[in-house]
Amino acid sequence: MAEPFLALRKVSKHYAGVTALDKVDFDIQKGEIHCLAGENGSGKSTIIKIISETVKADPGSVIEIKGHAVHGNKAIDAINKGIQVIYQDPSLFPNLTVAENIALGGFVASHRKLINWKELRRGAEKAMARIDVRLPLDAIVREISIADQQLVAICRALTRDVELLIMDEPTASLTKKEVDSLLAVVTDMKSKGIATMFVSHKLNEILQIADRVSVIRDGKMVGTYPGSELNDEKLTILMTGKKVEYQRFVAGKNGNNPILECQWLSRRGEYKDINFKLFPGEILGITGLLGSGRTELALSLFGISQPDTGEILFNGKPVNIRSIQDAMRLGIAYVPEDRLTQGLVNNQSVGKNIIVTTLDSLVNRFKLLDQGKVTDSIQRWIKDLTIKIPSVESPVQTLSGGNQQRVVLAKWIATQPRVLILDGPTIGIDVAAKFDIHKIIRELAEKGIAIILISEEIPEVYNNCNRVLVMHKGCILGEYDTRQATQEDIQNHVNGAY
Amino acid sequence: MKKLLTRHETYVFLAIVVFSIIITSINPSFFTIENLFDLLKSYSLMGTFAIGMLFVLISGGIDISFTATATITGYVVAVLLLKYGEGLNILSVFLIAGGIGILLGLFNAVIIYFFKIPSIITTIATLNIYYGILTVVSKGKWLYGFPTWFGDFNNIRVFTLYTADGNPYGLSIITVIWFALILIGWFILRYTILGRSIYAMGGNPASAQRAGFNLLGLNLFVYSFMGLMAGIGSVIQALLVQTVAPNSLVGKEMDVIAAVVLGGASLTGGTGTMLGTILGVTLIAIMGNGLTLMHVSSLWYKVIIGFVILVSVGVSAYRSKRSTRKHIITEVN
Ligand SMILES: Nc1ncnc2c1ncn2[C@@H]1O[C@H](COP(=O)(O)OP(=O)(O)OP(=O)(O)O)[C@@H](O)[C@H]1O
Ligand SMILES: [Mg+2]
Repeated sequence: MAEPFLALRKVSKHYAGVTALDKVDFDIQKGEIHCLAGENGSGKSTIIKIISETVKADPGSVIEIKGHAVHGNKAIDAINKGIQVIYQDPSLFPNLTVAENIALGGFVASHRKLINWKELRRGAEKAMARIDVRLPLDAIVREISIADQQLVAICRALTRDVELLIMDEPTASLTKKEVDSLLAVVTDMKSKGIATMFVSHKLNEILQIADRVSVIRDGKMVGTYPGSELNDEKLTILMTGKKVEYQRFVAGKNGNNPILECQWLSRRGEYKDINFKLFPGEILGITGLLGSGRTELALSLFGISQPDTGEILFNGKPVNIRSIQDAMRLGIAYVPEDRLTQGLVNNQSVGKNIIVTTLDSLVNRFKLLDQGKVTDSIQRWIKDLTIKIPSVESPVQTLSGGNQQRVVLAKWIATQPRVLILDGPTIGIDVAAKFDIHKIIRELAEKGIAIILISEEIPEVYNNCNRVLVMHKGCILGEYDTRQATQEDIQNHVNGAY
Repeated sequence: MKKLLTRHETYVFLAIVVFSIIITSINPSFFTIENLFDLLKSYSLMGTFAIGMLFVLISGGIDISFTATATITGYVVAVLLLKYGEGLNILSVFLIAGGIGILLGLFNAVIIYFFKIPSIITTIATLNIYYGILTVVSKGKWLYGFPTWFGDFNNIRVFTLYTADGNPYGLSIITVIWFALILIGWFILRYTILGRSIYAMGGNPASAQRAGFNLLGLNLFVYSFMGLMAGIGSVIQALLVQTVAPNSLVGKEMDVIAAVVLGGASLTGGTGTMLGTILGVTLIAIMGNGLTLMHVSSLWYKVIIGFVILVSVGVSAYRSKRSTRKHIITEVN
């Protein structure tokens, strides 16, 4: 084989008390598409941070680029060697414009002193044209959607001379159309000799584009396989070491009185004439593509926005949910789609993050925090959600992305709500953990909690829900009883509308 | 038009207009060119400090120690003036004060960067160190009786007008120096990679590191620039009052920070503009001056400034909350 562009030999990384990587061997050929697969916390992001020289590997590790050992420990060194990274969190400048976010890095690296605003905008436009997206150049990044931010990060990587583009779960918050054009870019870059390293939990994407797939488990490299020799099942076994089987779930619904009912709910430009009933103990699925109004509807149920017309009944009584506090008082909890930026206090410990929503229930009779209860509660959620952490004292920001998501889930599930709205609860979560999270959701339903499960993934709603609503352009197109309909029926309906 | 309404500066400007109208209606001598030039001269000191503070706040830090820095540079300059008065000129005085200010600023930056101590704690400590050392050395003595050229420079006017009863007034050279510093600061923030990198670092330091920015260099620049402004400010102060008193500046840091925050800079970093800062200083200047002209006891000054800051910060926090709320809702569109 030709000399690889990048080679790692016996690369290890220890954090206090954690072995993130253990003597990993790994290489990337020029112009290949190399996918990295592994469960949450297996060390994927750590490998990336070492390659990009933002984190230093343990002594004894060897990293070679084009046959030369590298010792640099500044990000700019890796950038100058043609390595660009799109991180799991988009790593943008929230206070600057789209154009600056895309093009500023290039100006810095070329040791220029002055800004030419026209040139900067042109550079940004050119990068956007490469993946065929249009974003407002002057929009402040803080104010655009997460998906758009992800696109900005991708565009930024393309403004430079790249030889290796690394993407850490770039598709977690993109629409299907955006994912397709991103994958097209990756294939296009391959034809130009640019290598891509791709990390994703969506196995179908991996199988679609990978030349080779490396699998990592608990910081150890399991092996590297040609993409053509793998399928879903094989890859899952390699990643988890066991076979994961999906089981259908049909919850019994408790009683004939809906806990929540929407009647002709509309909000201009977001959703229209929404009617549905939610019963205690059932899991109601809402599916539809990004932009179908599914999240907007959830936000109204949680008091973040108000419907223009229509009525919400809670336990048969009309209610006005004007704020999040109103919603929480009724016992409605909402786990947002974008958990990485919402809802975590990053520099606080995992334990504190889990219990913030439930402090009231953890006090003793003197109204002081009962440390025993606190520890029990934290331990229970860490075990139930198999959150992988060195200790409950670790700050959330040191967890792997998937484990951070579990912490947010734990935090809301711990409130023991009567209605739980989960918006994309398993985005960025590995197959085995998905299974665990589904199990928890089912157990909650069995306890009589009414659950709304919003997800783009049809198998997820199909396997977990009693009923599935398909949304498109703000309207409910149809309702399926999962005991009668097949997965294909729902899939076709969604695709047809799209 | 819509864009104008979303800008913090617009609201500060409106506040200035409202205050001016109120003050003028009570005491018409407020709204005269003479008073304007006078204000511009006496607030050049706060204005100069504010330029440095703006840079530090944008970078995501804060510097409490600049008044102590200015006290040291002012004192050194005063001693030299008294000793070698005729051998120095205005340029060398600015260079000496600026140079020492830069050194003291670099010291702050090194501690903040290498020991990862929050800038507020570091600079509170260095404020005490700098000021303590100076108090010991100077024994709190006031210095005055500077050479005549130093006094004359203070009276230079770029152009001169006369009041009805024959008193001269006009645009002071000191105001011109302040304006020049504003222009330089504005240019750096707007048109240099350095300036934009400071915004970037203030917006998200982790992203800046990953994008290959030189965070050490940026920190060194920001705090030494603050030190430079402190040094220049100390000379302006000496020019204005022709006296250097070791206790005249320390204690005023909050006024400067207040002015910059009033102008739209956020204490969490990443935002703030030169225009906003000028408006913030102007608003504070007008209120201080106006209260005097309206014969309100100066003791009320702090109370009123405090309220204005609360309202200003409160309004901008409310507006940013509204915009993120809107953002959550439009997320998926
Ligand atoms: N700064 C840190 N301090 C301590 N431990 C850390 C730190 N960064 C990462 N780790 C640990 O290293 C391990 C590997 O994390 P990494 O982020 O590489 O996982 P990952 O494979 O990217 O997972 P995911 O799919 O969830 O993103 C995890 O157990 C994590 O808790
Ligand atoms: Mg990761």
